[in-house]
Amino acid sequence: MIFFKKMIYFLKPLFSVVLGLGLGLVITKIAGEDPWNVLQILLKSAFGSRYDIGMTLFYSIPLVFTGLSVALAFQAKLFNIGAEGQLAMGSIAAAAFGIYFPNIPFPVAPILASICAFLVGAVWGAIPGWLRARRGSHEVINTIMLNFIASGLTSWMTLYLFRNLDSQNPETKAVGAGYWMPHLKIFGESPVSFSIFIALFAAFCVWFFLWKTALGYEIRAVGQNESAARTVGIDSAKIRILVMAVAGGLSGLVATNEILAHAGRFRLGFSPGYGFMGIAVALLGRNKPGGVVLAALLFGALHKGTSDLDLETENVTRDLSQILQALIILCVSAEGLWSFLLESSFGFKKKKKSEIRTL
Amino acid sequence: MTPSVEFRGLSKAFHGNMANTDLSFKVRKGSVHAIIGENGAGKSTAMKILYGIYQPDEGEIYIEGKLWGGRQKPWSSSSDAILHGIGMVHQHFMLGGPHTVLDNILLGAEQAHWGWRWLPKALRPIDRDEARQRLESLSEQYGLKVAWDALVENLSVGVHQRIEILKLLYRDAKILILDEPTAVLTQQETNELFDHLRKLCHRGKTILMITHKLKEVMSIADRVTVFRAGKIVGEREIHKTYVEDLASLMVGRKVSLKAESPPQVVLQEPVLQVQGLSVKDFKLQEVSLQVRRGEVVGIAGVEGNGQAELLQVLLHPLEYQNRMKGVIEVVGKNIEGLNTRQIRDLGMGVIPDDRLRDALLTDRPAQENYILGLHREKPFCQAGLILDRQVEELTDQAMEEYDIRPRSRLLKADRFSGGNQQKLVIAREFFRSPKLLVIAQPTRGVDVGAIEFIHKKIFRARSEGSGILLISSELDEILALSDRILVMYTGKIIFEFNRGEVTEQALGLAMGGEARS
Amino acid sequence: MEVFMWIVQLMASTCRVSTPLLFAAMGGMMSERSGVVNIALEGLMLLGAFVAAAATDFTHSPVLGAFAAFMAGLIFSIFYAFFVIEIGSDQIVAGTAMNMLALGLTPFFSKILYGSSTSTPSLPIEFRFQYAPVWIAFGVVVLCWVWIVKTPFGLWVQFAGEHPEALDCAGVCVKRVRWMAVLVGGGLAGLGGASLSIFLSSSFSRNMTAGRGFMALAALIFGKWKPIPAALACLLFGFSDAIQIRLQSVVLWGNEPVPVQFIQILPYFVTILVLAGFVGQARAPQALGIPFVK
Repeated sequence: MIFFKKMIYFLKPLFSVVLGLGLGLVITKIAGEDPWNVLQILLKSAFGSRYDIGMTLFYSIPLVFTGLSVALAFQAKLFNIGAEGQLAMGSIAAAAFGIYFPNIPFPVAPILASICAFLVGAVWGAIPGWLRARRGSHEVINTIMLNFIASGLTSWMTLYLFRNLDSQNPETKAVGAGYWMPHLKIFGESPVSFSIFIALFAAFCVWFFLWKTALGYEIRAVGQNESAARTVGIDSAKIRILVMAVAGGLSGLVATNEILAHAGRFRLGFSPGYGFMGIAVALLGRNKPGGVVLAALLFGALHKGTSDLDLETENVTRDLSQILQALIILCVSAEGLWSFLLESSFGFKKKKKSEIRTL
Repeated sequence: MTPSVEFRGLSKAFHGNMANTDLSFKVRKGSVHAIIGENGAGKSTAMKILYGIYQPDEGEIYIEGKLWGGRQKPWSSSSDAILHGIGMVHQHFMLGGPHTVLDNILLGAEQAHWGWRWLPKALRPIDRDEARQRLESLSEQYGLKVAWDALVENLSVGVHQRIEILKLLYRDAKILILDEPTAVLTQQETNELFDHLRKLCHRGKTILMITHKLKEVMSIADRVTVFRAGKIVGEREIHKTYVEDLASLMVGRKVSLKAESPPQVVLQEPVLQVQGLSVKDFKLQEVSLQVRRGEVVGIAGVEGNGQAELLQVLLHPLEYQNRMKGVIEVVGKNIEGLNTRQIRDLGMGVIPDDRLRDALLTDRPAQENYILGLHREKPFCQAGLILDRQVEELTDQAMEEYDIRPRSRLLKADRFSGGNQQKLVIAREFFRSPKLLVIAQPTRGVDVGAIEFIHKKIFRARSEGSGILLISSELDEILALSDRILVMYTGKIIFEFNRGEVTEQALGLAMGGEARS
Repeated sequence: MEVFMWIVQLMASTCRVSTPLLFAAMGGMMSERSGVVNIALEGLMLLGAFVAAAATDFTHSPVLGAFAAFMAGLIFSIFYAFFVIEIGSDQIVAGTAMNMLALGLTPFFSKILYGSSTSTPSLPIEFRFQYAPVWIAFGVVVLCWVWIVKTPFGLWVQFAGEHPEALDCAGVCVKRVRWMAVLVGGGLAGLGGASLSIFLSSSFSRNMTAGRGFMALAALIFGKWKPIPAALACLLFGFSDAIQIRLQSVVLWGNEPVPVQFIQILPYFVTILVLAGFVGQARAPQALGIPFVK
């Protein structure tokens, strides 16, 4: 029985993914494409060559960061919709650092820039944390608003403070040469860099922090039952601010992938919505670091896979990626639907809580 | 005369537990009929069946001689009950705070001017003037004065009660069910309420009142039905009975759990000293008490008389700093300005009354619940890291010592029965051998076997030199465990007894604010 | 005289750019007052904008286009309502998903219908609205006010968001009230989108709402979830939008003009301050975001 339950636990998200993908592919039928053909293009484009795999990984890395950010906040029952703004602030901070101090040599430069990105992201994340803990205003609205503010601020800084005058594109000047992270050569020309190890290390750290340290335990206790945590003397306000700060910092680390490994500068609008995809990643990964890494890979593959649709098909564009993601999220979020379906088809009913307590 | 309400052989079970067994009684028209019993005696269930919230398993109810519902003729819902003139005031008022009194009363019974007939019912503009006129005349008739345009959140609970009653009158209810109507009222508000109820009866309304305050029963009711453990154990005309009679009926002569009290070793050193504690707008007035090492001090009282508030102030004095007067000393140290953790570290353990809300992470395994609050303590934690091995071993040990079943430290907390959950909380709070233990309702929702076990553990903590403050509304428990009993009533401590000085009946009276005769 | 004209023009353009916000904010109010968080406003608007442009292109009638947008918003809301009211999905998660879905579906269909995923064909001026949406938007605000304050349904919606148990006790079905509110709200948000594509501009273009749905949400909060104040907040945000174009060359301090971004972020900044209680006090409906389980 326990084995069966474990199976369901792992199968449910998988089932959601399959269902979401299936629905999305069926939609391509409307566009007059053969869903099977579309699926093949997706797979080939995501995993067809070393370069493709590299690009998939490249898209997955930011999703690991933002997914971890959302998942960590969620462990304390906080909804971090603000990863998008946090990653923008972190990235511009890394870029600004690289522009102000162009002459720092290699191993030190990226480390300092990463720390800078983490700290600025953390400050940006701590704001809604503080507002929730001390002023009682809900983090969902505040993080959404802060996303727009971050977008305005980065746009202003890019265009007025650090503008690259040699380019038509809205982007900043380049960071110094010492800031570039080494690329992984096995993935050909793709910009996969050392950042992937930072992402994996971050996932490990979040896991260790949440499940092995007393502070992580306090975070989870606040998320589980704030009232009980308060009764045993855990300061939930402090915990909330801390969690949001770390979550913001994690989002800020997206800079290691974008600024320090790919563009070498801050390009306005570089993120195709990594922050929002992070919500989906965390949800699919059940807010556990391991799950987040796997889910990030899946969404990275989706993103890369759909990018070739523009060329390979007549009518389906890369926008399919958004549709697929949305459908997968909806399927995952409809937990109630699954238990409803399971009950009616397998005939075993979830016991009501009151029944269990009187056992 | 046909009775207004008649129960015939009504039974109802929840998940195999009988909530009501074979209830039969009649309620006279135009009378106040009280239904009394201890917590969990099945009073509320019976009334919710009458109001159409639950379906009975067996039996029927007749309203004015006509079959209202039963196994043969099930009733669908509370909206049916409203149509048939049955209304209920719930213990927790059903009022929307930021809305006017008028809107709260109208809700669901809106009337429109006839000129709007052509619109769908839900969109016809509400004729508030007409409603106001009707309410004016109702309030005139029954003497229930309310400012119609005031916002509900700005009014006192006494007025809320009045609004709830007006809601029923507005819907032409003939039978009014009141669930613990005085639980949140002050003495003066209670008196006012009773005046209104009498007026209602004179005009032919029938009132069913659930309560466990005997004094109030004596002053308002015409007839009383006593519930115990889901059954009716007695019915009395008020003018033929007296409080002690009702008290003994209500409590019953069940074998009380006489946990043999071991000899007491009182050490003079006080671990809790409260002096003149008052909190503004928070029910506590001039509370003074002292707990010394090696004694159990019981706080008896009907719930809602300030016990929960006392616990909150002991735990989180920082939050009440601005409106608090008086001094609290825990283990000889003034706790002013200390946070919860610092207070607990002085040597205070707390077992809150609502363990699901305040003590457990219901969705996490037992071992994580066991270390809640101990997670920064020595054997469990080193240099900020939680030592899994230690946690596992010590949880296993505790489960053995406290006989927590099933012995599975990985089982989620909400999968344990109430008694085992409580034992887990007790094991955790006793781990540090605290000098002061504040225990609230330790055996609520706990099976009989576990009650005995928990009582023994409390005695053991006492003999090991802990001072224990026991908050309970169970008379048996207070009498069996306490060396001294303080009675709390409307936020004050009004009586103090020593062990053996007081009988169950007298204590029950004292809890209702009544002095011994 | 010149100043006078300048002011009149500014007012007129304020009203124009406020129109989509007014519709969306009223739609959001319906849903949120009934206790359902609606961050899907953005997606609903985007969908409305696309459907309005496509339907107008097809029928050559802006009225039919607007009607189609209303229906599209309503139908899209059926999915949302089903997930959040019936299944009890998290409202924020489902709302985010609905936004993504709209963001993906609109260019997807645009590509199928018009061979371009970036925009729909431009509509000639006679197929577009001139001033009507402004008046309709103000009409909708008044209707919403009447509806909330005067009708039984409005009262039920308020209680569904404030104290659903009380509504249930009064014999009204909470879920049905929420369904109605969310659907009507979705339709209004669709109209808001329509006023973007067939009133303020001449075609649908990719992600043309650009955060207006969230701005409407901000206006709703700024207006304390009440119709008239929310409408005033929309006008204020519209004003800051209208004036930023005129302020681009104005020098307030030093010798640099005020960066346009600072004016753009002002509404969001104000919302945070309001929510935190630094400017006035906003109180959300008590049961906002909590599924009703009987």
